[in-house]
Amino acid sequence: MMAYIARRLLYAIPILIGVNLITFVLFFMVNSPDDMARAQLGAKQTTPAMIETWKAERGYDKPLFFNNEAPGLVKFTNTLFVEESLKLFVFDFGRSDSGRDIGADILERMWPSLQIALPTFAIGLITTITLALLIVLFRGTALDTSAMVIAVMIMSISGLFYIIAGQVLFSKILHWVPISGYESGWAGVKFVILPVLIGVFAGLGAGTRWYRSIFLEEINRDYVRTARAKGLSEIKVLFKHVLPNGMLPILTGVVVVIPSLFMGSLIMESFFGIPGLGSYTIDAINAQDFAIVKAMVFFGAVLYIIGLILTDISYTIFDPRVRLS
Amino acid sequence: MMWVWLWTDIMIWLLVVSLGLWGWTISRSPQVKAQWIAIFRSKIAMTSAIVLLMYVSIALLDSLHFRLALPDQPVGEKVQYQGQTLSVLDWVFGEIRGKVERTYSAPFALKEHSSSIVKTDDGQIKQVALDLTHAGSHLVAAEDRNQDILLKSLWAIFVAGLLSLLFISLHLYWRARATNVRWRQQAGLVLKGKTDLPWRTAYLTFSIGLIVLAWLYHLGHYYHVLGTDKVGGDVLYQSFKSVRTGVLIGVLTTLVMLPLALILGISAGLFRGWIDDVIQYLYTTLNSIPGILLIAAAVLVMQTMIMNNPHWFETATERADIRLLVLVLILGLTSWTGLCRLLRAETLKISQVEYVTAARAFGVSRFKIIGRHILPNVMHIVLIAVVLDFSALVLAEAVLSYVGVGVDPTMYSWGNMINQARLEMAREPMVWWSLLSAFIFMFILVLAANLFSDRVQRVLDPKNN
Repeated sequence: MMAYIARRLLYAIPILIGVNLITFVLFFMVNSPDDMARAQLGAKQTTPAMIETWKAERGYDKPLFFNNEAPGLVKFTNTLFVEESLKLFVFDFGRSDSGRDIGADILERMWPSLQIALPTFAIGLITTITLALLIVLFRGTALDTSAMVIAVMIMSISGLFYIIAGQVLFSKILHWVPISGYESGWAGVKFVILPVLIGVFAGLGAGTRWYRSIFLEEINRDYVRTARAKGLSEIKVLFKHVLPNGMLPILTGVVVVIPSLFMGSLIMESFFGIPGLGSYTIDAINAQDFAIVKAMVFFGAVLYIIGLILTDISYTIFDPRVRLS
Repeated sequence: MMWVWLWTDIMIWLLVVSLGLWGWTISRSPQVKAQWIAIFRSKIAMTSAIVLLMYVSIALLDSLHFRLALPDQPVGEKVQYQGQTLSVLDWVFGEIRGKVERTYSAPFALKEHSSSIVKTDDGQIKQVALDLTHAGSHLVAAEDRNQDILLKSLWAIFVAGLLSLLFISLHLYWRARATNVRWRQQAGLVLKGKTDLPWRTAYLTFSIGLIVLAWLYHLGHYYHVLGTDKVGGDVLYQSFKSVRTGVLIGVLTTLVMLPLALILGISAGLFRGWIDDVIQYLYTTLNSIPGILLIAAAVLVMQTMIMNNPHWFETATERADIRLLVLVLILGLTSWTGLCRLLRAETLKISQVEYVTAARAFGVSRFKIIGRHILPNVMHIVLIAVVLDFSALVLAEAVLSYVGVGVDPTMYSWGNMINQARLEMAREPMVWWSLLSAFIFMFILVLAANLFSDRVQRVLDPKNN
């Protein structure tokens, strides 16, 4: 097992190097530090001297790959590629263009993101699976059809509308929850409840359809037929046999999402003023802070790869048919 | 008048032409034709297809651009053109486009939404809601409004009803000639719903669509049917102009993504070895970057490039168009990975099948094998992926525009409308009509696309049979 995990981690390295190269090419070769400086300082009244100081302050004045002026090995290390890109591998995210420590920011902003993402994920999973099972119980009836029509409708609405409509209805008209804001701990529940509910509802359509198809696939298998032949009631068949067997594809599909929960939701957080990683990224995009965007791209990629590895491991743990090799 | 061909116009019309050619080729293959007929046998699919066609037609009308010549020019000299680029859709809208008010006004309102401070003739300062300049200016008294709306609605419904009757009878006549069944009999079958394809539903959808469009258009000349926005622009006009942006992003992205996914996916599955390794590495790497971040990063880079090179573009329309094009390119470059993986797996499977092995043993060239055996056998995956992606892309446009990395802020798009609506929500009393219009226009398009793609998936996916 350990050897397997180690090998998977080794496989991740070339992929992360690739991600790194992509961001490096985008941010330092296509879009040179000069362009960034001009964008940050405002296009009109910038002098070459101002651009030079801006670059020097942020360490963007080094050559790309090869530093001719430095002695010995430093020729290779005192470059933009090593300083700005390779350091990400040891999770040294450096400083943002406005001078803040990105690593510390990420550590601090991770928790508000989790506070929204974890309940949304857990409640969403439980509701969609329950709904899907209920719909499978009534398969082929008008209830099934209408539920699927409603699911498609829920899927067809942009997430932005759910957020805006939710804010208007529950905060502006009914005054049940504050419109936006954040507090840590239990005091923050009133701020968290609406984004969580909206997140759960927005995912309801796609989730229910997906789980329904998984359960429908299971229900046609031989073991289900045997269980029915034994005289088990339909509900018992569903919960005792179909659900546990359907959990396997569900689980493996879900594990991949878990690490990305740290990233938070870009849109949700910025609408509700929650100081998580999502709103951090959006603010960085709006402020054209390339250092933060670059760090978040790398961070996101790391989380995604962890998710993939976790999925494979969960497969081996829960499905005895899969052998590690 | 001078025709202007924006890059996205050229792309979309090329796509229409190639789709036409493709349609012509498949119409000669009875198998594929039967599959398509099976798709349209469902009433929901027929309705969605007609709705989608209406959206696409609006987008196409909006993709024919021209610049008018300046009036009163001396004869014999080089003609000067207006700076403004118009489209055929603008021309259809005619005066509706120019009816700009001062600020917000509600749908069908005769007065402005918020009151302004005015000095009356006798020197008093009062707060009143001012009259709108264009809406209802034909009315003698404001009380006549409801009656006027009713009369004009009836007229629009009547004319549109007649028009759709005309089109339906033409179609019936054409089908009667094609099938050798007398058209009276044909009409009877349609009315009873006993035709092979659900023509009754199709005719009904078409008529309803035509009536709604005619109603909006006719009343749009006299009122702001969907209200006006912050700077007094007509929301009805904006919603229709946004159709092009939404449809183009959905359709053109496919155009960028498809060749990449097809070429890389099939080569990975067919050639295997190091080619397979490289391609797999490529899509895993791209896939592991969170989509929206990669898009945002690329768009940011593009924004600075456009900002540093203002001399590349002659008009603001061209600049906005290039931005749309680059957005489409970026979306295409980030979304080919999923389809590529599916195609690779399917190609691997197909290339193991006996007849392909036999073909290879006979020395049939790789290209011929691809063209004759692999491409036709993966087409269903391609089609399913394409129709599934469309609605996701339309929705993505809204989110990206909200984040600030979508289309140009000057371009009409549902995303920009929603983005602006965010600030309007905080106003007292609330301005809801921009948001609602964007919502409805977008919802109908995405819903139709989702329903249609469901049907395509059900018919074409061999797993479901």
